[in-house]
Amino acid sequence: MSALFESRDLVIPGDVLYEGRIRTGDNTYLRQGKVYASRIGLVEYGRGMVSVITLEAGYNPLVGDTVVGDVVDIELGRWNVDIDASVAAHLNVPDAIDAPFRPDIVMPDILDIGETVVAKVVDLDRWRTPILSILGRDLGKVEEGFTIRITPSKIPRLIGKQGSMVKMILKETGCDILIGQNGRILINGEKREQEDIAVKVIGKIDREAHTTGLTNRIQEYIKRLKEEFD
Amino acid sequence: MSPRKKKKKWNRVDGRDFNELRPLKIESGVLPNADGSAYIEMGKNKIMVGVFGPREMHPKHLSRPNMAVLRCRYHMAPFSVDPRRSPAPSRRDNEISMVMRYALEPAVFLDRYPRSVIDVYAEILEADGGTRCASLNAASVALVDAGIPMRDLVVSCAAGKYDGQLVLDLGDHEDQEGEADVPLAYMPKLDMVTLLQMDGILSPKEFDGCISLALEGCQKIYETQREALKKKYEVEEEEKKD
Repeated sequence: MSALFESRDLVIPGDVLYEGRIRTGDNTYLRQGKVYASRIGLVEYGRGMVSVITLEAGYNPLVGDTVVGDVVDIELGRWNVDIDASVAAHLNVPDAIDAPFRPDIVMPDILDIGETVVAKVVDLDRWRTPILSILGRDLGKVEEGFTIRITPSKIPRLIGKQGSMVKMILKETGCDILIGQNGRILINGEKREQEDIAVKVIGKIDREAHTTGLTNRIQEYIKRLKEEFD
Repeated sequence: MSPRKKKKKWNRVDGRDFNELRPLKIESGVLPNADGSAYIEMGKNKIMVGVFGPREMHPKHLSRPNMAVLRCRYHMAPFSVDPRRSPAPSRRDNEISMVMRYALEPAVFLDRYPRSVIDVYAEILEADGGTRCASLNAASVALVDAGIPMRDLVVSCAAGKYDGQLVLDLGDHEDQEGEADVPLAYMPKLDMVTLLQMDGILSPKEFDGCISLALEGCQKIYETQREALKKKYEVEEEEKKD
């Protein structure tokens, strides 16, 4: 009945985190009365539960997530969208044009293969395929800007507490930044330099997500980058 | 030279002790475009492993409805051996790919990602005996780096018999000239063996000796793997202080 690590220690898969009865949180598993880590990350003990805040993980779609994806295929009545999950997501016609599917709809005119969309996960079907919708504010086809990728498990760090980190980056760089929960980030700035700063800053957050005092360090980093460009 | 005389001042070809590993170096996260990757140098072996996925499986009919498929590809580069070998996958490559898959499958939570595939590509850049073990060591580091849920790391090491003596981690010469070779893969925290092969002839006693020798080697390699995984995050902490 004991914790075998300190909170926020780096653990790797197979590490025994706890011996005894306890609730198992994210990225852990129970085997023969012991709790093991299943991903690399920082261990967290708290409130009768042990979990691992992972540093590396793919995207696991959840209902309500805003995601950025590419249309990879058009089938009868739906688009297949690559959102970096383990399976491609479905975007059905009624979720894209707010009208039922009719055979005379020319689907590539609405969305063509290779185009990028900002969408919301509205459902997971019975095979856990994500169902998307682009009806709603700030959703739909992306007309301008470009996307970059970071590890999806680091998105919460990029957003920060109550959006503090992303608000600061928006203010400092002046770019439009849209964060998809799947690790794809849409950037659109007026000037090339602003976009460069945003890309560099997001890259730095991706690399240093597990460290403390990140917001202050990023603020200094932006200041330094700005001076370089001036 | 009589065998007895040789045994007295017995030494391995590269001057190692019988239970000594070759110099080992592992690095994780070396390929920016792969989801996870690792590079290993085990003696003169140089191997790069990239992991992709979990992603949609193509061709789709090969996917499984209840779990992910682990697809391994072991490939020796044409320049990895002397003389040059054909780059086409040989029977040996295909078999080692399969053996790697069998050794890694028990460690991965495949049931978390139905209808998808996890690809593991091991490219042998330079070969010097024991490539399947080295590939497995790198592959398990790369899988962790890709964020794929795992029960434990897989550590792999060979032991064998060379010149009448049980030895650990055989090199290319010992592998070819020796009497027997036992590659073994092992999950150290769960204490489970996931791969056990034997090439050559050993008595039951010698076989037991080989296994305990290989397990001992695995423990040492495990420490290096841990360090490799942790190092990726330590470097950044040093940067932070600047």
